[in-house]
Formats: sequence, structure tokens, C-alpha cells
Amino acid sequence: MKQLDRQEMAARLARDIPDGWYVNLGLGLPTLIPDHIPEHREVVFHSENGVLGMGPVPPKDRIDTWLVNATKQNITLLKGASLFHHADSFGMIRGGHLDLCVLGAYEVAENGDIANWATSDNDAVPAVGGAMDLSAGSKRLWVLMEHTTKEGRSRLVKRCNYPLTASCVVKRVYTNLAVLDVTARGFAILDIAPGLTFEALQARTEARLHWPGAPAHHGRA
Amino acid sequence: MIDKRVKDVAEALDGIKDGSVVLVGGFGVVGQPQELLEGLIVQGARDLTIVSNNAGFGSPMLPKLFATGHVVKLICSFPRPTPPIFEELYKAGKIQLEIVPQGTIAERIRAAACGIPAFYTPTAVGTKLAQGKETREFDGRIFLMERALHADVALIQAWRADRWGNLTYRGTGRNFNPVMAMAADLTVVQTRHIVELGELEPEIIVTPGIFVDRVVQIDSPDPPPA
Repeated sequence: MKQLDRQEMAARLARDIPDGWYVNLGLGLPTLIPDHIPEHREVVFHSENGVLGMGPVPPKDRIDTWLVNATKQNITLLKGASLFHHADSFGMIRGGHLDLCVLGAYEVAENGDIANWATSDNDAVPAVGGAMDLSAGSKRLWVLMEHTTKEGRSRLVKRCNYPLTASCVVKRVYTNLAVLDVTARGFAILDIAPGLTFEALQARTEARLHWPGAPAHHGRA
Repeated sequence: MIDKRVKDVAEALDGIKDGSVVLVGGFGVVGQPQELLEGLIVQGARDLTIVSNNAGFGSPMLPKLFATGHVVKLICSFPRPTPPIFEELYKAGKIQLEIVPQGTIAERIRAAACGIPAFYTPTAVGTKLAQGKETREFDGRIFLMERALHADVALIQAWRADRWGNLTYRGTGRNFNPVMAMAADLTVVQTRHIVELGELEPEIIVTPGIFVDRVVQIDSPDPPPA
């Protein structure tokens, strides 16, 4: 069985983003996605701090330090980019104007609950940033995360153990082992890593899985 | 004649009272008025509530302001990476922290700016940040009531300004600045450049001067590479 590595996970998700979508990417794994968008496809990346049309990281000798993204890294602007203030930026998020938001997560539950901002109720200094706005406001929320923790505990759970970021919002989950839709019946497999059986995937997943398209349903876009 | 220009930071911050709620523009260090924050330390107002997206994140002056002990509360979405002085004060119970989702901070400020006392949002519904807050159902979905966040003072960083207080911003230095400038009784701006009245094309003005009370020109350095 071949697990996807981090770049392959990002590439698998990037395949499913159509031309013309406005997309916000969360911290961590989702930041790898832009490198995998085919050149002819126009996808506009949004940054919470007031950017549409975010381009790649600049070479060291061409940095404009007045341009940063949500993680405060220097960025470039593509042709057609626009700058705006925070209330407008979160209006785009909260008003459902973004086609897609991709976030990392600690856990996703079978009802679409997401936990991605705090690992306990008594974190030393809590911090939420824009995660709750993005989760509650985007037209579509997809999660890109490892299927299990380093210790092998499933991140696809029946109920989230960690504090919730938002309830019943995740539409799809991309992991190193599978692509799954969140449905009224729970997680439904859309795609499964080459050589992995349903039983082997279920064994690594706390939540109950369904496979509506089984067995010849690989490569769905 | 309208002339909102003042000669220095001390004059810009004159009269700020103990117990003030102070909006501080900026996202990390970009667009954050460092010299006004430094001036606030010198000015010496106590028992301040600071509203800032971050607790530092590259900012030289915000941690120094915390270190004075003059800040009793921080309203913030993302106080990480946490400056050691903030963590120390927080753990000792010497500073309160109100964590607010980033969009909810922006919208609470915008609401205050526009005379809206409260609004409903789906952000944070069902989370521990909703505890104790009123909820209401509209069209089958649950929303959380959030109150407007009005301030006594806003500290703003602009790129260009004229004597009427019309402002433009540079790059992503815009962030919270325009909306904060609208929501305080006293809006104080540090600007890199002062230009003649009429030099800013009306089409490019981001903050109209009606929202601005005082403007001070400062040769502040560009943000460091990040």
C-alpha cells in the first residue's frame, strides 16, 4: 500500500479545485497547494489580512516587506491582485464569497465538526485567529490532514475530543490514505490510496466508513 | 482652516486618559504604529485595554507596553508567538485576555464605526468562545450575538496623509487600520509622508479625513523581511 506524502496530498487536493475559484488556505499542509495548481488554471488565493491574488514567495533580493500573508511571510501579488482592509476581507469570508477554504485540523467528526484551534481547554495562552470565521463562513470547507496522529490515533472520529472550531461544516477530507465526503450517513470514501483495502482503511479510522462507489471508483475528480 | 497635523508624538497622544480602550492597527508588525506605541509608554496612561490582532509577532513596542504594567486587558485573536512578558503577566493573572475570532474583532469594530450596537454571526457558534453569549435562530440556522467594540483611542499607521486627515496605506499595511480609524473618539495617525491638500487623488483615498483627528509625520522604517 502506498501512502501519499505531503506534496502528493496537496497535489491530490489541487486536482479538484476548478478554474475560477476564490480560495483561502489555512496554515501548514494547505500552504503546499498553490504549487500544484496547473499553470493554465486561474485560481485566486485570498489572504485574511487583505489580499486577493496572492502569488508565490519572492526571491530574497526582490522582497517588498509591506506585503505579507496570514502567517506574516513576505509574498508577491499577481497581476489582477487587490488589497483591502480586514473588515472587507472577513466580509468575503463570513459572507460566503469564497468558493473554498482548506484548513488543517486535529480532528474531523463524522457529522462535519472540526477541531483545529486548541488541543485542550486549558492551553497556556489560547489563540484562534481566523479559523472560526473561515470554518463557519466559507461556501465549502475541505480539510487536508494526516489520517492518523503520529501515535496512530485516528483523526477521523465519531465526536471531536478537542475544543470545536465549528460544528457540521466540513464537506470533504483529504488524507494521506483517502479522500472522503462528509455525508448524512457519515464519511463516504471517494478515493483510496493505491493498494489499500476498505478493511485496512477502516482499521485505521475511528469513525464508521462507507464506500458508495466501491470497488471501481478510483480517480474521481 | 482644517489642519490635523501635530508637531510630534507627544502632542499626538496628549490627553489620553487612564482606563482608555485603545485600538492598535497592524497585522503583526506590518501597519502597526510603533512610534505611537512608544509614545503611549511615555505618555503614561494606565489601566489600558488594548485591542490588537496579535500580542506581538515581530512588534518591538507592544511587548514593551505590556512590560510597563499599564495594560490590564488585551482583546486579541492570535497572541502567538507569545512574547515572554505577555505570557508571564497572563500566567500571573496581571493581564486579562479576551480571545475573539479575527473576523469578529473586525466586524465588532466596524459595527461600532457604523452605529450598530450588536450583530449576529455564525462564527464561533457551538464553541467555547460562545459561552455566555446570546444566540438566535434565523432561517433555520443558529447565530451568536456579538456587541460592537467602540474605543476611546485608535492608533493608526498610514503611508500618505494630507492636512485634512485623508489617508492611504502601503501594501498589506492596510489591514485593521481603516476600520479602526472609524471606531474611536480620538483617532491618531502616524504617517510616513505628508502631502499637500489635493495631491491625493480622491479615487485613491482609503480613509476619508472625517475619521481622523490628529496626524503626525514619522520617518518610521519599513517592516523587516519575514
